[in-house]
Amino acid sequence: MNKRQSRFYISKRTDLPWYAAWGIRGAAILLALIACAVVTMLMTGENPISIYVTIYEGAFGTARRTWITAQDLAILLGISLAVTPAFKMRFWNIGAEGQVLIGGLATTACMICLADKLSNSMVILCMIVASIAAGALWGFLPAFFKAKWNTNETLFTLMMNYIATQLAAYYIIVWEVPKGAGKIGIINQSTEIGWLPQIGNQYLLTIIVVAVLTGAMYIYLSKSKHGYEIAVVGESQRTASYAGIKVERVIIRTMVLSGAICGLMGLLLVGGINHTLTTTVVDSRGFTAVMVSWLAKFNPIAMIFTSLLLVVLSRGASEISSNFGLNHSFSDILTGIILFFIIGCEFFITYKINLRKSAEKEA
Amino acid sequence: MFDLVSFIPRAVMQGIPLLYGSTGEILTEKSGNLNLGIPGVMYVGGICGVIGSFFYEQSTPAAEMNAFLAIGIPMVCSLLGSLLMGLLYCLLTVTLRANQNVTGLALTTFGVGVGNFFGGSLIKLTGSEVPSIALSATSGYFSKSLPFADDLGWFGKVFLSYGFLAYLAVIIAIISSYVLKRTRTGLQLRAVGESPATADAAGINVSRYKYVATCVGSMIAGLGGLYYVMDYASGVWSNNAFGDRGWLAIALVIFTIWRPSVSILASILFGGFYILYLYIPSGLDLSVKELYKMIPYVVTLVVLIVVSMRKKREDQPPASLGLPYFREDR
Repeated sequence: MNKRQSRFYISKRTDLPWYAAWGIRGAAILLALIACAVVTMLMTGENPISIYVTIYEGAFGTARRTWITAQDLAILLGISLAVTPAFKMRFWNIGAEGQVLIGGLATTACMICLADKLSNSMVILCMIVASIAAGALWGFLPAFFKAKWNTNETLFTLMMNYIATQLAAYYIIVWEVPKGAGKIGIINQSTEIGWLPQIGNQYLLTIIVVAVLTGAMYIYLSKSKHGYEIAVVGESQRTASYAGIKVERVIIRTMVLSGAICGLMGLLLVGGINHTLTTTVVDSRGFTAVMVSWLAKFNPIAMIFTSLLLVVLSRGASEISSNFGLNHSFSDILTGIILFFIIGCEFFITYKINLRKSAEKEA
Repeated sequence: MFDLVSFIPRAVMQGIPLLYGSTGEILTEKSGNLNLGIPGVMYVGGICGVIGSFFYEQSTPAAEMNAFLAIGIPMVCSLLGSLLMGLLYCLLTVTLRANQNVTGLALTTFGVGVGNFFGGSLIKLTGSEVPSIALSATSGYFSKSLPFADDLGWFGKVFLSYGFLAYLAVIIAIISSYVLKRTRTGLQLRAVGESPATADAAGINVSRYKYVATCVGSMIAGLGGLYYVMDYASGVWSNNAFGDRGWLAIALVIFTIWRPSVSILASILFGGFYILYLYIPSGLDLSVKELYKMIPYVVTLVVLIVVSMRKKREDQPPASLGLPYFREDR
């Protein structure tokens, strides 16, 4: 390529011990946190230590804040778990946003339309079934076309997000209370029909569901036959079909599962937490989940930490922006910086940079 | 009666940011990079222009403003901002071989964050005493239409009533189309996107093509953000007003099956879809309007499916789209 030989060449690492890999990631996160502190310092003129104290305060300052942080963590982790099996199969589902929203929409539909027809427990049962089915459908469509005609799934799922958003926007106006308000408001506020039961406090149900889900997903991916098939299809579709795995079926099955879990998260968001539906209820977490899952190398346990990092940072950053009267998008900037560092550091885990000279000696 | 003479200019004004975005993304994707950061890049392009002209307007009273500087400063700032975003994307995906989807999404998070943050905090940060960011003087220069447009009736309104950035978008799209189809550079660029290993073997510098295509693509896309703020929104920045146009631009890339020249008309069509709900009599039922807004996405989806079913070779996405290239992997 070049006439001059470059002084460095790059080779793939084969045997990097896990502690070295996590050491590199840790160093990257540390660097990222320093970069974040510098950026915050430039914006606010505050010293870095007090910035991190503020971030900590914002995320864990009071018992209520800690619970909300835990709940946010649970939702983000849940959506990340949902997209993971598909990613492991190298199916780039960036449609979690829409799959969660459509699950939330189905939940809302049950809460509003069945409230005076069925008993509370039956409504909740319908909500569970409907939200999971809706999410599964939103996952099934791109998978079906991918399996049959190899339609690009990244772009397909991206479009499905906006179709879900507009559907939700449509029904929000159909169901708006009061007419002309442009929003639904709290659903069944007086009767609380369709509100998911509270365990202990209002936050715990979501956390428990996602904790169970994390364990289940870990076992599903690493110990079950399905998980193995997903891994093989992800490595090489040809190998998979030679080994007698029905690739089309695995793709569709996995995406239906992925969508179904997203739908379930929609149920939790609408039925358990917000008791209302807006088009922004998912709040870009469908996209953040992609990064959470990828950063954790698709390992459900590691995902707890990556989502914790992002949630704490974003809640801390909103605390900083409130304190200084700045815009709340500040957290997006910090999230972006952290992500760039972690994304970049993967290179140093996968590849090794060698000096040309030493290579010649070896040869 | 459907008022075409007022509909078309509005559709065009909606379409121009999409045209910039899609032309930029087509160039990028032709090099095999699926840059999902385009929405972020467009935000950054817009806000950098705003920052540039904000400082210029603050330092110079409107009467003394120089047309050349009033246009030049935001343009240069916008181009620089989006260039930096493009460079960041390339550094991560080409040099460091990171996953393109993840990098792109991170870039979008970051870019939208930068846009909204500075848009919402610029006044606070600079300690100035204006109530909101309204760059009407600068916007006046950007949206100045051709002097004789008003005299030509409907013809002037439909074809000549736009600011110079609108025409620039069309020119850039035509040039990109020409470069991709008819020049050696374009051929080599497409080769890089189809099969980087083959291109590499033929002596093409794969990394350089990817870098240049992605950075130029980002700069073009960034101008879309600039056009939106300065011309369409009359210099008023409001957070999230740009909305999902960046994603729509990516949709447009598929819709036009990777052809910038088709994109000129298609972007106007999409712009039309975007505002169609304003023109369709839906009575008092506002909800139906939300369904009309779905049309561009549904149409794109149908095109995506049909293209993949027909399996015509020239209609397919670049074969190595979204895949990193590592020479030693072969």
